[in-house]
Amino acid sequence: MGSKTPFYDKHVESGARIVDFGGWDMPLHYGSQKEEHHAVRQNAGVFDVSHMTIVDLAGERVRAFLQFLLANDVAKLKDYGKALYTSMLNEEGGVIDDLIVYFLGETAYRLVVNAATREKDLAWIRRQAEAFDVSVSERPELAMVAVQGPRARELAAPCIDAEFRDAALALKPFFGMEAGEWFIARTGYTGEDGWEIVMPAADAHGVWDRLVAAGVAPAGLGARDTLRLEAAMNLYGSDMDETISPLEAGLEWTVAWEPADRDFIGRSAIEALRNSPDRQRFVGLLLEDKGVLRNHQKVVVQGVGEGEITSGGFSPTIGRSIALARVPAGDYDRAQVEVRGKMLNVRIVKTPFVRNGQVRIDV
Amino acid sequence: MSELPGDLLYTNDHEWLRRESDGSVTVGITDHAATALGDLVYVELPEVGQDVDAGGEMAVVESVKAASDVYAPVAGSVAAVNDDLSDDPEKINADPYGDGWIVRMTLADALDESELMTPDEYQQLLDELDD
Repeated sequence: MGSKTPFYDKHVESGARIVDFGGWDMPLHYGSQKEEHHAVRQNAGVFDVSHMTIVDLAGERVRAFLQFLLANDVAKLKDYGKALYTSMLNEEGGVIDDLIVYFLGETAYRLVVNAATREKDLAWIRRQAEAFDVSVSERPELAMVAVQGPRARELAAPCIDAEFRDAALALKPFFGMEAGEWFIARTGYTGEDGWEIVMPAADAHGVWDRLVAAGVAPAGLGARDTLRLEAAMNLYGSDMDETISPLEAGLEWTVAWEPADRDFIGRSAIEALRNSPDRQRFVGLLLEDKGVLRNHQKVVVQGVGEGEITSGGFSPTIGRSIALARVPAGDYDRAQVEVRGKMLNVRIVKTPFVRNGQVRIDV
Repeated sequence: MSELPGDLLYTNDHEWLRRESDGSVTVGITDHAATALGDLVYVELPEVGQDVDAGGEMAVVESVKAASDVYAPVAGSVAAVNDDLSDDPEKINADPYGDGWIVRMTLADALDESELMTPDEYQQLLDELDD
């Protein structure tokens, strides 16, 4: 048996199929992964994301610390509550993790990092923090849900204390706010509008019941994966890891090159790759033949070379198979993928595949 | 879990087999298998006329989550395939023992029922998996 989140009993009550995820007993689905996927695209769904690791940082030099620790630059965070997506690199320029950092004050930031990378992340952050005299506090006592979908905020708003409700509804995308003991952010991992809400574990059951009663569909890790794939959001461990540069994982947009004199961990290593003609591409694929693309399948580009699917699956919104893949440098827009000995045709497409309920590629 | 049809035979790999009046057999996957895979999105069917060994890979069913082989429960050749599954693979989830059939086979040898499981034996296997 793995660790259980404060929502575990609710998952069982809702008929969840429970699976191990990074040491946690988490819901894979509650009957139909596809229906949960569609509920999020068309209405609203709720995900238990309490397994994710919340880390609060405090100290006079916390900004300087994060400017050194992270590839993106927290100097971009000027307004209270603003969030920034970034990778955290090792000295060799490989990705230790991807995370969101929230600006909560001149001396206080909150990080949300992946569950499966919790231990190594905490060890790394603590080690780097020593020189900056920054305190690093994990917050395992907190519960967290992601309420996602076009109607998510409307349906979840009644759960929020009346004192904070209007302010929460007024949050702009990629902003968060403290709301008493809660933390509410207009962020997510689905390509839909919505909130991620952090709360004391004692509030978890009541919130879950109210959301479900309001018509928000419980959604499991399965739907979370197909939704994030359609939104072309990277999954740590599949699309990138410690051996992969963010520049070859579609994450260059999260690397702040300016100011040029900001020295962050991994900078010199990835700068060497920055203008390299051999730098691999990270692309979206649409399968033109019948079948399903899966992780680790080989991508063949005639006359150019080979690559690999890093995340592949079936897109319930498009009704076709899509994938993210790392492929050789070069100018081309077609390739083939080897599936059980057969070569299937794929087209390279501009991601995201789906955003805000709309298919964004030519099918 | 719904009740197992009593007129079918079953395999360890969660296929079912129905004896047809013309001596051929129809093959599909059980409700247990379909439920475990989740919503099916693609079925790779064999060519009609293809020979298959008992236990050999005959088709592939893919759900949103994963791909899974369907094995031939007996040796024979493929007499027909359920082409409807190409456009509507979820028929397997909706009606695994009926519209969700996958392949009809003509047998290479007389059917040896002792190689397969009765509904009671298969139910026992499912009960053990639940424990």
